[in-house]
Amino acid sequence: MGTLGSLRRKAVATAAAVGALTLVVGCSSGDDSATGGGKKDGKTTITMGLYGVMGIKETGLLEQYEKENPDVDIKAEIAGDEQTYYTALQTRLAAGKGLKDIQGIEIGRAKEITETQADKFADFSKTAGTDHFLPWKESQISTEDGKVLGLGTDIGPMAVCYRKDYFEKAGLPTDREEVAKLWAGDWKKYVEVGRTFKKGFKGGDVAYMDAASGLFNAMVYGYPEQYYNDKGELIYDKNPAVKEAWNLAADAAEDGLSAKLRQFQPGWDPGLANGTFATAVCPAWMLSHISEKAGEPNKGKWDVARAPKGANWGGSFLGVVEKSPVKAEAQKLVAWLTAPEQQAHIFKEIGNIPSSRTALDNADVKNAKSAYFSNAPIGQIFGAAAQEIPDKQVLGRKDGTIKDTFSQGLTLIEQQGTARDEAWQTTAERIEKAVG
Amino acid sequence: MATSTTKALAGEEPPGGPGRTGGEGTARPRGALLHRLDVKGAPYAFVAPFFVVFAAFSFYPLVYTSWISLHDVELATLDVMEWVAFDNYVELWGDSRFWNALQNTLTIGVISTVPQLMMALGLAHLLNYRMRASLFFRVASLVPYATSVAAAALVFTMIFERDFGMINWALGTVGIDPVNWEADKWPAQVAISTIVIWRWTGYNALLYLAAMQAIPADRYEAASLDGASRWQQFTHVTIPGIRSTIVFTIVLSTIGATQLFGEPLIFGQGPNGVTGGADNQYQTLGLLLYEEGWKNYQMGRSATVAWAMFMLLVLVFVVQRLIKRLRSRTS
Repeated sequence: MGTLGSLRRKAVATAAAVGALTLVVGCSSGDDSATGGGKKDGKTTITMGLYGVMGIKETGLLEQYEKENPDVDIKAEIAGDEQTYYTALQTRLAAGKGLKDIQGIEIGRAKEITETQADKFADFSKTAGTDHFLPWKESQISTEDGKVLGLGTDIGPMAVCYRKDYFEKAGLPTDREEVAKLWAGDWKKYVEVGRTFKKGFKGGDVAYMDAASGLFNAMVYGYPEQYYNDKGELIYDKNPAVKEAWNLAADAAEDGLSAKLRQFQPGWDPGLANGTFATAVCPAWMLSHISEKAGEPNKGKWDVARAPKGANWGGSFLGVVEKSPVKAEAQKLVAWLTAPEQQAHIFKEIGNIPSSRTALDNADVKNAKSAYFSNAPIGQIFGAAAQEIPDKQVLGRKDGTIKDTFSQGLTLIEQQGTARDEAWQTTAERIEKAVG
Repeated sequence: MATSTTKALAGEEPPGGPGRTGGEGTARPRGALLHRLDVKGAPYAFVAPFFVVFAAFSFYPLVYTSWISLHDVELATLDVMEWVAFDNYVELWGDSRFWNALQNTLTIGVISTVPQLMMALGLAHLLNYRMRASLFFRVASLVPYATSVAAAALVFTMIFERDFGMINWALGTVGIDPVNWEADKWPAQVAISTIVIWRWTGYNALLYLAAMQAIPADRYEAASLDGASRWQQFTHVTIPGIRSTIVFTIVLSTIGATQLFGEPLIFGQGPNGVTGGADNQYQTLGLLLYEEGWKNYQMGRSATVAWAMFMLLVLVFVVQRLIKRLRSRTS
C-alpha cells in the first residue's frame, strides 16, 4: 500500500507538473505573439477582428469568399462588446503585436485612429472600385493628407421601434404612419407621447422607453457637430444641441418614462424578451439585436416608425493593418466585403443599412421589408432616414468615451435619483479626466 | 558540518583531525573548494531561477512602472513621454476618485474578508471531524476556488440582476421589494463580496484544516479529560494551535482584497464595469487603475495608482509589524 500510494503520488505530481508546463507553453505560443495571418503552402490565411453584429461572418459572406477564392482561408474573431474590443486593439497597436490583418473600427473611434494611428493602417485611397460610398462616410476615416484608412460597412440611420400591442393597450394608434405622425419633427413630442402612454397604459408594469441614453444619443447625433467642433476643440459643454438632448432625456428619466436599463448590458436583453418597455430608439443595426433577443414569441408585436428627426448613430469601418504580411490580399477582401452587392446582402439578411450609395439605390434594398417587425418597409424607412443625416458629421477623438460617459450621467439621474445639474457636473468632470 | 566549513573558509588547517588526513594529497584544497562551493554555492544556484524570473517579471516592471508614473504618457503612443516629476502623485492625492476607490476597496475588503475567514474557520472545524466521505467534502469545498473569476462573476451577475434575477425573485416571494443590486452602493458592494466569499471560503478552509490536523491529538484528549466542551476545545486548543495560519490567511486576504478587480469589473459589465458603477459606487483601486490606463489611456496616471497601491500594502505591513512589536514589548 505504502509503495503503491507513493507511486500514485509521484504519478499525480508528474502529471501536475506536465500540466503546468503545458499551460505555460500554451500561453507563450498563443495567437497573440504574431501579427495577423500569412502564406503557407500556397494558401493565404487572413485574420479578422470584429465586434458586435457586423453581419460579415453572420451572413455567410466569409464562406462565400473562401469558396470563390479557394486559396484563401479567413479566420474571424468576434468580440461581443465594442468597448472591450477597442481597448484590446489599442493595447495591441501600442505593442505592435497580436493584431489581426483586418480590424473593425467603430465610428466613435474613427477620429482617434486617423489622428494617432494613421501610420499603422494601410491606405485605401488607391484601391480600385471603392468610389461608391456616401461621401461623408469616407471622409470620416480619411486623414488630412488624403489617406483612407478603411472602408465603410454600415451606417446608423434612426427610427423608433415600438410594441404595437402595448400602444393599443395605452389607447395610442398602432399604425406606423400614424405613430410617426404623433412625434413628427420633434423629439419633445416623442417624450410627450410617452407621458400619454404612461397615463393610458393599463395592465402591468411596462415602461415607455428602454433607457434615457437611447433618446439622448438619437438627438445628439442629429447635429453636424456633437462633442467637438471641426477644429477639433471640445465643445460639448457649449453646444446647445448636447444641452437640449440632456435636458429632454433628463425630463424623460425624471418622469419615470424609462425602464432604467442600460443598453447592451445585462437586463436589457431579458427586458426585450419579457417586454418590459414599449419603445426603443433604434438605429438600423439594432433591429437584428432586437429580433434576436426579443425572440420568436414577440414576432409581429414589434413595428418600426420613422423617428422625429434624422440622425446617424453608429456604423463601422474595416481597416487593414500596415504591418500585415498579407496586406494586399486583406485589402482585396475588405474591398469585396464592402462592395455594394455584399452590403445589400447584409442588409437583406440582418438589416444593417449600407454606407454605399450604389447599394442604397439598389431596388432590393429599397423595397426590403422586415417580417419580424410586422412587415415594416425598413428599406424605405431607413433609406429616407439616411437622406436626413446631416451631410457634414464632425467626429472627435474621444467621441466613443464621451458617449459612454454621458450614458452613465443619465444613469445617475435614472437610477440614483441624482439631480440633473449635479449629474451634468459629474459628467463634465469625468470627461475632463478622460480627455485631458 | 557548519563549523568545519567556517574553519576551512578562514584558512585554518585542521590539526590532523580524524579521517581528514592521508590519501588526499595535493587534491585536498581543490576538493575542499568544490565542497565549499557545493555547500555555500548550491543553495544560491537552487534559488537563482526564482530570482531571475522575479527580476525580469516583477522587479523590472516595478521600476519601469515607477518611471512611467513620473511621466505624462498615453497608451497608444508609449514612445512619447513627457516628464512631469511627481505631478501625477500630487494630482492623485487631490483626486476624490482615488479616495472613493480606496474607501470602497476597504469596505468591500472588510465585508468580504471577515465573514469569509470566519466561515472558513467553521467549515474547517467541521471538516476536521471524523466523518464519512470526508475526502468528498474537502474536494467539494475547493471547487469554487477552481472556477474562473469570470465565470463565477457572470453567474452571480445574473443571480443579482434587478428585473429577472433569482435573488430579487426570492425576495419577492416573501414580499420584499426588489433591490437594485447594481445601482445602489451597499447592495452592490455586498453582491461583489458574495462572489469573493463564495470563491475563497473553501480555499481558506482547507488551509485551516491542514493546520488543524497538525495539532497533536493528545491536546484534545487532555482537554476533554479536563471536561472541556467541543466549543471550549475549539477556542482553547484549535484557535491557538493554528494562530500562525490565521495570520497567514489574513495577510493573503488583505493582499487579495487590495487587488480586487475581476469581480467588480464583470459585475458592472461594459462601461459601468470599468468605472465601478455609474456613480463609482463600487470602484476599487484596481478598477481605477484600469480605468485610467485602459479607458482614458493615461498610462502615467495608471502607473501612479499602481504605485499608490503598492505603497499602501507596504504601509499596512509596516503598521502590522509595529503593532506586533509593541504588543510583544508590553506583554
